[in-house]
Amino acid sequence: MIKKTSLYNLHKKHNAKLIEFAGYEMPIQYKDGIIQEHKFTRSNCGIFDVSHMGQLFIYGKENLTKDLENIFPIDLKKLNLNQSKYSFLMDENACIHDDLIITKISEGYLIILNAACKEDDLRIIKKKLNNNYDLQLKEDLSLIALQGPRAKDILEKKVEGVSKLKFMNGGNFKFSDINIFITRSGYTGEDGFEISIKNNYVEKFVEEMLSNGSKMIGLGARDTLRMEAGLCLYGNDIDKNTTPIEANLKWAISKNRIDTNYPGSKIIKKQIQSGVEKIRVGIKPENRVIARGNTKIFSNEDKEIGKITSGTFGPSVDHSIAMGYVNNQYSDLNTKLFLEVRGKKIPANVCNLPFYKKNYFKGEINV
Amino acid sequence: MSDIKYSKEHEWLKLDGDIATIGITKHATEMLGDIVFAELPEKGSSVEKNGTAGVVESTKAASDVYTPISGEVVDTNQTIVDDPSKINADPEGEAWFFKLKIKDIKELDALMNKDDYDKFAKESSQ
Repeated sequence: MIKKTSLYNLHKKHNAKLIEFAGYEMPIQYKDGIIQEHKFTRSNCGIFDVSHMGQLFIYGKENLTKDLENIFPIDLKKLNLNQSKYSFLMDENACIHDDLIITKISEGYLIILNAACKEDDLRIIKKKLNNNYDLQLKEDLSLIALQGPRAKDILEKKVEGVSKLKFMNGGNFKFSDINIFITRSGYTGEDGFEISIKNNYVEKFVEEMLSNGSKMIGLGARDTLRMEAGLCLYGNDIDKNTTPIEANLKWAISKNRIDTNYPGSKIIKKQIQSGVEKIRVGIKPENRVIARGNTKIFSNEDKEIGKITSGTFGPSVDHSIAMGYVNNQYSDLNTKLFLEVRGKKIPANVCNLPFYKKNYFKGEINV
Repeated sequence: MSDIKYSKEHEWLKLDGDIATIGITKHATEMLGDIVFAELPEKGSSVEKNGTAGVVESTKAASDVYTPISGEVVDTNQTIVDDPSKINADPEGEAWFFKLKIKDIKELDALMNKDDYDKFAKESSQ
């Protein structure tokens, strides 16, 4: 059966167009449409219901840190309380089963997982931890993203102290009398927050944000925003056929973990040392044609050299944008490529990611 | 005669002498969402009834534009190629797609009038 989030009625009230996404009925857009919603997020403050994503709590002490390092390629010992890092769940071939955000909390760790992967992830992580810990994929919590340059001021009005958080850090806060957990993070290339809150308070919380000038934003604009920010979508840009090195996400592998053990560590080390055959790059078509996922990429010599994994029209950069995998020898900046769209070869160039410059608060240089 | 006819593929057609101006309906733009790209047929080319005569892309997906009748393309509206948002703004006015010199006026008989189209659009979106 198709699932609904606790904001379902609110989405309907705001005239959302609903679609099925990862087993949930989710808003693709509201009445303003994707472009207006996108631009509003960049200039003001958008609210996104991302309650379909998994919130996995793992409870434990020091041993848990050690045991999780056997699963994730990051230096968890160095993670401060309430600090977050981007990471992956990989298999022995270093292929990505999910990408995720892991945060150290006082009782253990909180991992935010993709909706389509969360049940599988839970099973895999549980097994790898030999059932030694208490793992809870919370169904009683909603997840809300508040994104945009005004997010900090709008949220601070109702949640005191939140504007002092640094990017990729979080903490426990109060909204009215209830406890909420907030991290300064997001998926839009803007400053913003993700708020974990009990299901029965989420509607009230969102209504407060709306009355302070924020607007509901659908998954359509979430997708165009993340593409402009050069961020990967699991299932499109990364999946079980790609490794973090091929995905050009080497920065997310902690340096002091490269020589240690975790699933896929041998392959990651080899790929770092001797390179990869295919690599993810940013691609800018020379005209307005949109090259969507699975568009074939050709070289100047008309040789097929790769595939687009995501493509759209970027409303803030006012240009068609895409990303995809090409043979490594064609990955240099400004390499001329051709994209086959409806039988025509559209000229394009390899370009830097992100397409849109980020505005993170005291952002760590991690992209 | 200048009344407007409509196709089941959500194109509109306005006849002036033997020249038909063709575009997509307001209903079509509402279904598509924000249009960000438009491709038009070549001027001077011939198009066949119900054949592809262009493409529009919204932020969500690409859709073919069909011609409801056959004819020779005598003019195209480059302003919508340069600024596709015009299609959402005024689909049944300024944002026409192309003009055809019609081949067979009988082809127009298969098209709907406004009332029938409105009814069809309402039913097909339910």
